[in-house]
Amino acid sequence: MYAQMVKSTGSSVKTREEMSPEEARFQARVDAGEKIEPKDWMPEGYRKNLIRQIGQHAHSEIVGQLPEGNWITRAPTLSRKAILLAKVQDEAGHGLYLYCAAETLGVTRDELFDALHEGRMKYSSIFNYPTLTWADIGAVGWLVDGAAIMNQVPLQRCSYGPYSRAMIRICKEESFHQRQGFDIMMKMASGTEAQRAMAQDALNRFWYPSLMMFGPSDANSVHSAQSMAWKIKMNSNDELRQKFVDLTVPQAEYLELTVPDENLSWNEEKGGYDFSEPDWDEFFEVLRGNGPCNKERLGARVKAWEDGAWVREGLVANAQKKQRMAAE
Amino acid sequence: MSELPLWEIFIRGQHGLNHRHVGSLHAADAEQAILNARDVYTRRNEGVSIWVVPSSAITASSPSEKGPLFDPAEDKVYRHPTFFEIPDEVGPL
Repeated sequence: MYAQMVKSTGSSVKTREEMSPEEARFQARVDAGEKIEPKDWMPEGYRKNLIRQIGQHAHSEIVGQLPEGNWITRAPTLSRKAILLAKVQDEAGHGLYLYCAAETLGVTRDELFDALHEGRMKYSSIFNYPTLTWADIGAVGWLVDGAAIMNQVPLQRCSYGPYSRAMIRICKEESFHQRQGFDIMMKMASGTEAQRAMAQDALNRFWYPSLMMFGPSDANSVHSAQSMAWKIKMNSNDELRQKFVDLTVPQAEYLELTVPDENLSWNEEKGGYDFSEPDWDEFFEVLRGNGPCNKERLGARVKAWEDGAWVREGLVANAQKKQRMAAE
Repeated sequence: MSELPLWEIFIRGQHGLNHRHVGSLHAADAEQAILNARDVYTRRNEGVSIWVVPSSAITASSPSEKGPLFDPAEDKVYRHPTFFEIPDEVGPL
């Protein structure tokens, strides 16, 4: 998802007997649906895991601005441009909410930035794909934000208070993102032959990368089991992927576009679609840094941070000067 | 360079309501914190007024002392009006 392949620190989920009294009390609070707050006692693994997960989520929001930012200057109308600008600004806001949530766990935002810039922390694989046409901006809103919503809605109920509250804010704004994307797709799909072809091409290219966002099957993963016991992961990857496909296929039909999967068919018995798995080798290659845009994305991110240094320094110098003048 | 200081942000959603804590952000000074808060927390008209407070100025109660801190209120149910049984014939009271 926005946080993919987050490794937990524990080897397996502890039984009640193996837990220290503090851990048992903590788990009981989580099981009872109580929110854990920053100053509460928490297992070190919970803290570390959450920093990785929230950090990765925050990085995804920030890096996610780049593929869409690519089209702000090229949007087809002034109205579309203003909407896209607002959407990309929201993504910056979402990143900031999440960095703040991570900071309550005892890490600083600058430490998280360093980890991203040095490649020690990841962001979602999806943002390493290029946005080649205007229809891609539609597909990103419709599919990528759609997949993100699938994951973020249940996370509103996660056990960590600051993360849960950030998710609530984000979900409120996310629906705008998905609808503006679908609106672009509707326009393109009902347009000229060339526009329809562009819409179909965007769906073809973004379908499998969107399915990859949920991560590989984690049915037997101890990391996922621990995260689920701690309620910082609410559903299995397969469960969310299935839900996404079931919701999205009828929307593609509405657009009269074809989902690029020959094996796609309705399975009456399970009450959902059967569909092809994405190419997981490709997914792991992208995570390793070998996707179509990994270098470009991280490069742009590092450049923005370095080029902005003088602004941050100037702001601090100005604040210090004003303080000195007030003291004199 | 050292990191920009952290600020806690409080927003009054509508006239007549209290300011409520909405989150935090980094800014060099109070003035910039207010501008950033406008962009981060009120993009959809969520507020009519903003307070910014340096995070370092906030003292929080300790969760481990939750019991002793709050238990004086626990055995004083008579502070709630429903503690008193008033006969129906008395009418609204």
